[in-house]
Amino acid sequence: MSPRLAVAGLAKAFGASRALLGVDLEASAGEVHAVLGENGAGKSTLMGILGGVHAADAGTVMLDGRSFRPRSPGAARDAGVSVVHQELAICPHLSVEDNLVLGREPTRLGLLDRKAVRAAAEKALAEVLGAAASRIDPAAPAGSLSVADQQLVEIARALAVPHTRVLVLDEPTSSLAKDDAERLFALVRALAERGLTILYVSHFLDEVRRLCDRYTVLRDGATVGSGAIADVTHDALVSQMSARRSVSSAAKDRTRGRVLGEVVLSAAHLAGRHLPRDASFELRRGEILGIAGLVGSGRTELLRAVFGLDPVRAGTLHAGSSMGMLSEDRKGEGLALGLSVAANVTLSRMNALVLPARQREAAQTRIVELAIKATPDQAASELSGGNQQKVALARLLHQGADVLLLDEPTRGVDVASKAEILELMGELAAGGKAIVMVSSQFDELVCACDTVAVMRRGVLGPARPVAERNEGALLEEASAP
Amino acid sequence: MSGLTLGGFRPWRRAWFAPLVTLVAVYAFFVFLAPETFGRAVNLATMLRQTTVVAIAAVGMTFIIIQGGIDLSVGSMVALTTVVVAWKLKHGSSVPAAVLLGVAVVTACGALNGLGTTALRITPFIVTLGSMTILRGAAKGLANEQKIDADTRGLEVLVTPPENGLVPPAVYVALAIALVGAALLHYTRFGRHVFAIGSSEATARLCGVRVERTKILVYALGGALAGVAGLMEFATLTVGDPTDSEGLELQVIAAVVVGGASLSGGEGSIGGALVGAFLMTVIKTGCTHLGIPNWVQHMLTGAIILTAAALDRFRRRGR
Repeated sequence: MSPRLAVAGLAKAFGASRALLGVDLEASAGEVHAVLGENGAGKSTLMGILGGVHAADAGTVMLDGRSFRPRSPGAARDAGVSVVHQELAICPHLSVEDNLVLGREPTRLGLLDRKAVRAAAEKALAEVLGAAASRIDPAAPAGSLSVADQQLVEIARALAVPHTRVLVLDEPTSSLAKDDAERLFALVRALAERGLTILYVSHFLDEVRRLCDRYTVLRDGATVGSGAIADVTHDALVSQMSARRSVSSAAKDRTRGRVLGEVVLSAAHLAGRHLPRDASFELRRGEILGIAGLVGSGRTELLRAVFGLDPVRAGTLHAGSSMGMLSEDRKGEGLALGLSVAANVTLSRMNALVLPARQREAAQTRIVELAIKATPDQAASELSGGNQQKVALARLLHQGADVLLLDEPTRGVDVASKAEILELMGELAAGGKAIVMVSSQFDELVCACDTVAVMRRGVLGPARPVAERNEGALLEEASAP
Repeated sequence: MSGLTLGGFRPWRRAWFAPLVTLVAVYAFFVFLAPETFGRAVNLATMLRQTTVVAIAAVGMTFIIIQGGIDLSVGSMVALTTVVVAWKLKHGSSVPAAVLLGVAVVTACGALNGLGTTALRITPFIVTLGSMTILRGAAKGLANEQKIDADTRGLEVLVTPPENGLVPPAVYVALAIALVGAALLHYTRFGRHVFAIGSSEATARLCGVRVERTKILVYALGGALAGVAGLMEFATLTVGDPTDSEGLELQVIAAVVVGGASLSGGEGSIGGALVGAFLMTVIKTGCTHLGIPNWVQHMLTGAIILTAAALDRFRRRGR
C-alpha cells in the first residue's frame, strides 16, 4: 500500500535564494508526523507547497499514490490537504462563523445558508474547544478575539473541511494557554485514530515527543533525518536540527552573579481600562523580571499600560529612564515588514537628517553584535522568524533604551535562536539594562529571569526570586481559580 | 452576552447609525428654519431626485471600498454614458439599444479597472486615476468636444414626477438597486468574499477565495452602476455632455465614507452610503433655501464629512 503522503526530492527557489534543495518525507494514514527544523530550514516553504501557496520547482508529492500538485490553496483543500498556517490568517472584520466557512460557504438557491453556516461553525468550535466552546461567540467579529482564540478559530476552520486526509499544523500551540494546548493534543490524537495524517510542525520537542509517532528533520532546505520518535533521543534530535549547539547546554552556560542597581521602573496598584486590574512591582537595573500568566490574564496589557500604549485608569507609575518595548505581535507591531533591516533598526532613533549610509552602518553593527543572518538592505519580511525577532531587539538596543519590555520574545522562534535570545537578554542585564519579560513558556522564565511574578485575572502577585520557584509552582499559581 | 438580551439589535453600534442621526438632525434644522419652503413634500421629492445619480454610483462604490479598493473614474464613466447614449440615439438607434450599449461600455471599463489592479498589480488609486483621464478623453473624442443633442425619445420620463405623484421613477430605480445591492452584499457568497478580501486579502486567498475574479467582478459592478447613474444623468440633461460630472467621483466616495465605510477595506454599508449621499443634497438644498452663499455650503459639506469620520472613530473606540 502506498503511503498517504510521499514527498520526494522537492526543490524550490525564490529568486536567488534556494529554500528547498531536496526534501523527502513519508507519512502514512493515522500517523502524527513531526516536521522539525530551525527557522529558515525550509519547513514553511514545504507547508506552502503542500498547501498550494507555492509551486515546487522540482520533485514530486504523491497523495495516496496519486500526483498532488495543487494550483491554489483552494485546490489543495479540495484535494484533502488542509493547512493551519503559523501566521494568523483571519479576516478581522468578518464574524467568527464567516471566517470558519470562508471560501466554502454553504448556499441555498444562490443565497448564503446562514443556518448551515451557524451549524458548521458550532460543530467546528465544539470539536476544537469542547465544553469551552461557549467562550467564543460565533457572531462576534473575529478581530475582537484574543490571539489564542483566533488561532483556535483557524484550527477549527481546517477541521471543518470535510474529506480532509492530511492536516498540517504549523506551530499551533505557540500562542495557546496550557489547557487549550492539552485539548488540541487530545484532538490531534483522536483525528489520527480516525485515519487522518497530521503533519505537526513545532519547536517544542517535549510536545513532539508526547504527540508524534514519526519525525522528519529539515536543515538548510533538505531532509537530514527521519524515523520513529521512540527510537531517538532528545539530544540526537537537537543535533540533527542544528549543527551548532544544543539549547539545554546553552541554557546551562548562562552565568548569574548580576549586581542589581537602583530602581528604574516601579508601579503601584496600576490598573488599565479593563486589564490589568492591580499591578505593583519594582524593577532594578541589571534585573530580569519575569511575568508569568495564562493567556488573557493581562500580561500584555500590563506592558502596554506601562509603555503608555494603553490608558492607565488608576495607580502610579515611576519610570526613571527610557523604555523600549517588543510586541508579541512581531508582524503587526514589532517590525515594519516592508522596510529594510537598516530602516527597522534605526526606526526608534533617527537624526533629523537621515543618511542611508549611516543607517546601514548602524544596522551592520547590530547585525554583527546579535549574529543576525541578514544584510542591512534586505527587507525584514524576507527574514526567518528568529532573525526578525533579533532585528526587533536590535531596534530597542539602537534606541538606547535602559528598560526593555519584552512580550513573548521567543515566540515562533527556533530552539537555537531562542537560546541565543535568552543568552543575549542575560548579557544585556549584566550590562546594566533592566528587563521585564512576559512569556507563556514558564521553563523559559525560570531559566532566564532573576525574579518572577505571576499575573492572574489581571492581578499581579509579588515578585519572588526565581530560586524559590519552579515551573510547576508557577503554573499552579497562574492557573489557581 | 448583553447582545442577547437586546436580541442582538444594537443600532448605535452600526456604521450607518451616526450618519442617520446627523441626517435627521440636519433635516430637522432646515425644516425648523424654513418650514414654508424646505419643509414641503415637493422639496423632499426634488432632493430625492437630485440624489439618485450619486446614490446609484455610491452603491457600486460601496462594494469597491469594502473590498479595499477605490474608483476615481466614476465621474468620467457617467459622462461617457451620457455621450454614448446620446450618440446612439442621434444615429437612429432604439432606446433599449442605446441604453444597453451605454451601460455595457462603462461596465467593460469597470472590468478593465479590475484587470488593471489584478493582472497589472497597479494600486487601484493609480489605475482609476488613469482611466478617469482616458475615459474623459474618450467621451470628448466621441462627442467631438461638444454636447450631443439627440431626441431623448421619452427617456426624461425617468426623472419626471408622474402627473398624480411627486416621486419620479429614477428614485424607485435607485432604491431597488440599493436593495438588491444590500442583499448581494449580505446574503451571498460573493458578498462575503468582498468583505473578506477587504479585511485580509492574504487570508481570503489562503481560504480558497478567487480573489482576482472577485475583484474584477466588483469593479465591473461599479462600472455597471456608474452606467445606470449615467443614464439618469442623461435623462436629466437630455444631452450627451462629455464635460459633465467632473468631480462626481469625490461626492460618491464622500457619500460612502460618510456612511461608515473604511477606506482600508472590510467595512461599509449600502444604507450608510445612501444616507451619506442624501445628507449632502440636504445640506446643499437647505443652504440654498436659506440664502446661504455657495462657499459656505462647500465648507459645511466638508465639515460634515470630517464630523462623520470623527464620529465613526469614536464609535469604534467605544467597543
